[in-house]
Amino acid sequence: MTDDMSSKMNRPIKRPLTFARVRGISLIMFFFLLLTMIVGLVLGTAEVSFKQIIGVFSGTIPMNDPARLVILKIRLPRIILAGLVGFSLSLGGVVFQAILRNPLADPFILGVSSGAAFGAVLGIFLGFSFNLGVPILSFGGALFTICLVMYLGSRKMGVESSTILLTGVIINAFFTSIIMFFISTTADSRLHTMLFWLYGDLSQSRYGQLAIIAPVVFIASIFLYSFAKELNLITAGEETALQLGVDVERAKKVCLLIVSVIMGLVVSFSGLIGFVGLIVPHLGRMSFGSDHRLLLPVVSLGGAIFLIIADTLARTVVSPSELPVGVITAFMGAPFFIYLLRTKGSQWSRS
Amino acid sequence: MEPILSLKDVGFRYDEVWALRGINLQIRAGEILGILGPNGSGKSTLLRIVDGILEPQEGEILIKGKHVSSFRRSSLAKEVAMVAQENHFRFSFSVLEVVLMGRFPHLKRLQFEGEKDFDVALRSLRATHAMELAERSIHELSGGEKQRVLIARALAQEPKTVLLDEPTSFLDLKYKREIFQLISSLSKKQGLSVVVVSHDIDLAAQYCQRLMMLKNGSTYVTGEPEKVITESNIQAVYDCPVLVDKNPASGRPRVSLVG
Repeated sequence: MTDDMSSKMNRPIKRPLTFARVRGISLIMFFFLLLTMIVGLVLGTAEVSFKQIIGVFSGTIPMNDPARLVILKIRLPRIILAGLVGFSLSLGGVVFQAILRNPLADPFILGVSSGAAFGAVLGIFLGFSFNLGVPILSFGGALFTICLVMYLGSRKMGVESSTILLTGVIINAFFTSIIMFFISTTADSRLHTMLFWLYGDLSQSRYGQLAIIAPVVFIASIFLYSFAKELNLITAGEETALQLGVDVERAKKVCLLIVSVIMGLVVSFSGLIGFVGLIVPHLGRMSFGSDHRLLLPVVSLGGAIFLIIADTLARTVVSPSELPVGVITAFMGAPFFIYLLRTKGSQWSRS
Repeated sequence: MEPILSLKDVGFRYDEVWALRGINLQIRAGEILGILGPNGSGKSTLLRIVDGILEPQEGEILIKGKHVSSFRRSSLAKEVAMVAQENHFRFSFSVLEVVLMGRFPHLKRLQFEGEKDFDVALRSLRATHAMELAERSIHELSGGEKQRVLIARALAQEPKTVLLDEPTSFLDLKYKREIFQLISSLSKKQGLSVVVVSHDIDLAAQYCQRLMMLKNGSTYVTGEPEKVITESNIQAVYDCPVLVDKNPASGRPRVSLVG
């Protein structure tokens, strides 16, 4: 023990986090993301070989080849959507955990998801299309909830974390009751569509949607990244952050708003996919520590990888039929989360 | 000498009742000022006002002749650092990471800490004798170790003034002495001004050049320890009979409870 201590003191102290390290680890994660995407393209009900994938992307396969259709029209947009959704949910989760100083927070905790779900279920009930009507209503529901929670949760001193959390929980319960009302009064095929949406459905992906989501998520993540240092300090306490020079109120408002908007946007196209925004941030914290300058990119990319894997499983385990992806994430996520609580729970609550 | 921080007629209330009223105070470069007073007399509130966390409804606080509310948070953090009483780290940071947080006001938005920041952090750790803790997690530290790390973080801000809110509560005798010796050597060597809120009258009397005694949110008496620590003052402020004599080691006033 003492020998170990003295050897520890003799070697030089490790340098703080550098940009080069963040870039290096992010690049490795990005490489794994590409790898996962390729695996996702190969696996599925229709047989596609790795050779055919190369063929499609190098243009050596004829335009009317069915493999080309499967790869480019069905699997690729779905994989990209899964990646973007997983990226956003995990990013949202890690930011919310920091701002609310609660390691158990997920991006849905403020009720954004229930507002979006209410909009979507209403859209499905009214028979709107998945191209336009349902996402618009869903996004509208999400925005409405954000404004409501921010308004109700704000005090004259500013946005207070515990108030806003409670407000979110209450709004959540309220919208859930309305959703249950729709579900219990709908008897036809729309019921199946509603339930599928509520457990996360990536099968409706189209390039048009990706063209909307991708730039928004890209810009939002750059904005959030510029607050990474502030997030570190806020996790050490809001007053501490103030004393160390952070404009806490501004950082909190901007981050809450940006995250809520991208949550509303991705949820309106993907439905509710639980656990991603909770588990991936935790895996990140366990493996890379608490510095958000490293966590934000690593966790986002990890979330993309995680959800592509989960969705590939959702497409393949009961093939040719498929499961809502939320079933897979919850099935993998819940036991893992209980394990985390049992082994790491005490560490979070220690002051 | 020109004060580096001054309070003029400061009054603050959380609701209807004034928590502090009519506070006048000047803090000089390199001095250690102790703030004494019973529970609820407004000591912590006073520190938070000086650090711009709370905004007083009356009076003004001037730093280098400029109004405190005209500072941006990050510029203020380069002038004044605070070691607060409560510190809960929800997530696990290493001691070095915690001390480097003190460099935040010196860094631009997307800038990472460089060699200079690293050096300042190590120097601060060395000054507080916390170097051997550098790679430990903040969660693993004892009360005394954590206090030294938080003082190191305050030093890493390179401020002119450090505010300490009861830095020795919960510490045993050895660490109490260590913390106060640390404070006094920092003010001597680096010319740092220190404002320390303390419940320990004897320690404050021993290490502070000046004391301010608060009662119900206003100044009861300010001055050198010999002037402030008297039987009648303490009887009046703390509502408790005491005997005051001289500490044979330091020659400063010493308080003993009677009966």
